[in-house]
Parts: sequence; structure tokens; C-alpha cells
Amino acid sequence: MGRKLLIHNDHVPNIHTLEVYRAHGGYASVEKALKTMQPDQITDEVKTSGLRGRGGAGFPTGMKWSFLAKPEGVPRYLVCNADESEPGTFKDRYLMEKIPHALIEGMITSSYALGAKTSYIYIRGEYFYVARIVEAAIAEAYAAGWLGKNILGTDFSHDCYVQVGGGAYICGEETALLESLEGKRGNPRIKPPFPAVAGLWGCPTVVNNVETIAAVVPIVNMGGEEYAKIGVGKSTGTKLISASGHINKPGVYEIELGITVEDFIYSDEYCGGIRNGKKLKAVVAGGSSVPILPTELILKTAKGEPRLMTYESLADGGFQTGTMLGSGGFIAMDEDTSIVKNLFTFARFYHHESCGQCSPCREGTGWMEKILQKFLNGTANESDVELLWDIQSKIEGKTICPLGEAAAWPVAAAIRHFKHEFLEIAKNKKFVDISHYDRLNLVRA
Amino acid sequence: MGSQVHGAQKFDEAKRAATVFSEEAMKTVQTIISHYPPEKIKSALLPVLHVAQAEFGGWLSPETMDYVASILKIKPVEVFEVASFYTMYNLKPMGKCVLEVCQTSSCWLNGAEDIVKYIEKRLNIKVGETTKDGMFSLKVAECLGSCGTAPMLQCGASYHENLTYEKVDNLLETYRADGRLRSYTDMDYKNTL
Repeated sequence: MGRKLLIHNDHVPNIHTLEVYRAHGGYASVEKALKTMQPDQITDEVKTSGLRGRGGAGFPTGMKWSFLAKPEGVPRYLVCNADESEPGTFKDRYLMEKIPHALIEGMITSSYALGAKTSYIYIRGEYFYVARIVEAAIAEAYAAGWLGKNILGTDFSHDCYVQVGGGAYICGEETALLESLEGKRGNPRIKPPFPAVAGLWGCPTVVNNVETIAAVVPIVNMGGEEYAKIGVGKSTGTKLISASGHINKPGVYEIELGITVEDFIYSDEYCGGIRNGKKLKAVVAGGSSVPILPTELILKTAKGEPRLMTYESLADGGFQTGTMLGSGGFIAMDEDTSIVKNLFTFARFYHHESCGQCSPCREGTGWMEKILQKFLNGTANESDVELLWDIQSKIEGKTICPLGEAAAWPVAAAIRHFKHEFLEIAKNKKFVDISHYDRLNLVRA
Repeated sequence: MGSQVHGAQKFDEAKRAATVFSEEAMKTVQTIISHYPPEKIKSALLPVLHVAQAEFGGWLSPETMDYVASILKIKPVEVFEVASFYTMYNLKPMGKCVLEVCQTSSCWLNGAEDIVKYIEKRLNIKVGETTKDGMFSLKVAECLGSCGTAPMLQCGASYHENLTYEKVDNLLETYRADGRLRSYTDMDYKNTL
């Protein structure tokens, strides 16, 4: 069994309550930090831990914290990105719903490190009920003195609030999130300045993912050095993986970074293999934005080495033969899946979610959806594959925020690895939905 | 964003004058506003719009948006530009229960299309339409973060996951029986985790 640091208590009854959370060692990191550590020491521990942003980009958290500007007399903010919307990703929801105090504890400890007197947890609007759970936990924390004035009798005071969004994937991009938090449309900002200098209401701000903030708790408790002993190379610690698709046991798993992809898919500790005795066809390993890989390349790198669940191993081979760990949204597809149709759902998603600021993304995502629609209704020509490739290549790198890349990469990868499927449909002028769901027997409970 | 288009809704002065939050809703709104620095209360816009939508019949009429603007001391257009950007705000009247079926990858892999077709057949409406009795509207949604429990649909605050035809039947019956408006802000949410 791998070590768990974030959701090890997820099956304890009532762990969402402060009483039970405390009885299982909760809020120890706040006590340790506020009573025995200077703020900068915490940032140093986070740096030593090697923790990388768990939202998808994988940027070193300690470094991000150290960029925070600290001008005199200007408030600083910590903002938690709980806008989890990347298709295939549902880990933050699980963590907040099951153990909301783990996030709140991380918010307090991190805010102390950053010198933030106020923090906000921005939760996607669709997770309204999750926001209720987090708000209830915040109220408990206030009542017990973990939030509010002079926490634990120290001169550190902190307020933490929840804000719900209105339904927009783009608000997971940190500057769009800040716009949304300011009551505006979620249009990403041009950078620089980065939020560390000019973030919420123009003040220095750190934006971190839910899982990243929750990971600060074990790092402070065990020390950065101990945390860094888990994992492989620059992929330290544990990671929550949201597993879905055609696997026997979909769900959220906490893994030690460094287990093999094969182990993750086939062992009973995790996904438990492919459903209905089918063979695995392809995997999207880190949320919809990352390149899809066929079975042979997801299990082994192009060099023939076993692929590991780490930032580096998944990226081995670049985009030619590799992918990314991303948000940890792991979607497995069986042999009957139509890669073209799955890609269509992604293209439709990005078209729907483009904020409309940049022409290459606003127009390009729509064109890609329309061309893929031609494949599904049997009117595509072989040249449409080239057209699709051409369009995606003209979006990447030409937009204010990474939604452009996120929309282009899955299209490029599907063509790179499954071009024959596109050509076959174009040649036969007929899309056969081999992946029809009746076989899943929706009538059965 | 999205498929929502602002209809040619006429502004009605009398309706605007009658648009006032209940005491309870106003208390909620004041609490939300207190979360931000006094000069930054525009930040409360998104959560306040959710309260307004629940309070005023499940959609944001021009009068409702004007009212929200007056509370937050911003221009009505600032409200409209936000309401028209985010998918959760309805700019036209909807059924009391808006069924939003997730259709993105993992849900599609697990039969979301069949769930949509089944609901269309059961309610005799197409996606984007509302039943004649005003009880149900059917929408499709992009990834709702329920990929491990696909297929799923959201109605108001509740997530209904691992859907089967039988579960859909039960759901429709239950909702029709109690007949009330379902909002994202409902406290009696149901989740299946």
C-alpha cells in the first residue's frame, strides 16, 4: 500500500466535522506553524519539499510563494483555485466534500507563511453544495478560534471566505479567476504583471490549487525533507488522481508519485483493470488538455522503459511520444472507443468554454468542432484531417492564456496517434459508432 | 460564452418596482457583501446573482439585473455582461427543474447520449426546451466534475450520479410530485459520494 497524506482519513465517519478532524490530528500544522515557526521558514519547508502545483501546470509552489511582492501597507491575498473544471478531474471536489478542514487548515498555515490576512476559496458554481460543506467547516473553524482574530493567542489574525463562480471553465486560469472574484467576466489578463505582484484588486496574490494548499499541511507537519523522500526525482510527494472511463473502479486515488502507469491501471489497489474484460485502447492521463496516448505508449516510453506516474516520465518523449501529468485527470478508454468521437466531445467543450478574447481560440475552437462534426455525420474528406491539423497548429502559442494550447493539444495528439481512424471515416463516408453504450446496460442499477 | 442568448426582454418599470429581496434573501446578500472590502463590493456579484435567480423565479430578468445593480451600486450593464458570460445564469424563463446532463468525455464514454435521448423521450421535449407545464427544462452541460460517477445530471444544487434509466424515472417522478423550483442555492442538496 502506498503512503497517503491527504485523504488517508476519508473513510472515517464524520471526518468532515471539526471534532472528528481534530481527533485525527487535524490543525496540528497551524499550531506548529504559528507557535514555533517564522513565516519564511514555512516557505523554505515548502521549497525543500519539492511540492509542485497540483492544478495542472506543476510549477514549484515554494518558488511561486517566494515571488510574492511584499510592499509595506498593501494587503496580500491567498486565493484557492477550487474551480476544478478540467474534464476528467474531480479530486478537489472529493477532498473538499470529504475532508473540508484539510483545505481550511492548509489555507490558514499557508496564509501565515504568506502574510495574508484574508483568503478566498473560489469554488466553481456547479459545486454549490460543496461550497456549503466548506462554508459549514469554516463556521466551525471560526467558532473554535482557528479563524478570526489572534489565532491561538498569537498576533496572527485571518479571515477566510468562499466565493462561488457562475459556470466557466476559463475561471480555472488564475487571472480569469481573479477577474471573476472581482465580479467580472472571466477574461484572462495579459501577463506580466503576474498575480504575485498585481493580483486580486491589484494587490499581491498567490493563487494555488486545492490539493496544493492541502499538501502544505503534511509538509509542515513532517518537514519538507521527509516529504521529498516520497516520489521520484523532481516529482515528490503524493498526488490525487481522478480515474474515470472504462475501468473497473473509477474514483479518486492518492498515489505516491513514481508508481508505474501499468500498476495504476491494472492493480486492484487502484483502477482494477479495464471493464468487461476489454482491452485498453488509449489513455488521457492528465485531464482533457493533455495529449492522448495509445496503450503501447502510455504503458512504456518510446525507449521501452516502464512509464511512471511522475511529471517527468509521463512527459518523456515530448509530445511526439509522451504526454503530461497535468491535473491528474486519468481517463481510460477501451478497445471499442471511437477516438474521433471522444475528441469531438473535447472540441465541443473548448469551443463552449473559450472566453472569446483571442481570435485564434474563439474562432479556431469552433472550426475544430465543426470539422469533427463532419466526421461524425459522414461528410468529411481525407483533406479535412490536414485542415484540422493546420487549424490546431495556428492556435497554439497565439493566445493570452493556455486555453488555446489546451484546445489544440488533444486534437494534435489524436491525429498524431490515431490518424488512421480519421482517414477510415473520411474514406468510407460513414461514422460507425463502435462505442455505443447500450452494451453498458443503463437499465441495470 | 455558451448557447445562452439574451432574448428581446422588455424592461417593465412596474415589475422593477416590485422586485425586492425577501428579508431572508437580503440577509444572505448582506453576508456575502461583508466578505469584501467596502469599496470592492462588486466582487459579490456572482454569488448575489445566484441568490437573485433563486429568489425571482429561476431566471434573471432585466428588472432583476437592474435591482442587483442598484444593491451593489454598479451599472446594470456590468450585471448583464457577467450574467451573459457564465452558463449558470438563465436569461430567459426556465422550467422549475432544469435538468443539466453532462456530455463531456467520461460521461459520453459511459452513456450520456443515451440518458439525454431517454429524457427527451420521457418528457417529449428536445434539449433546450421546456415542458408545456413548465415543470422541466432539459439542457446539456460541459464537464461537471463527476467523471468517476458517470453518467450524471445536475438539477439545482443536487448531483445525480451513476445514472440509469430507472434512476431517471424516479427522479422525474419525485420532482414532479413536489413541484417546487430547484435552485443551485437549495440547502437540501443531494450528493452521492
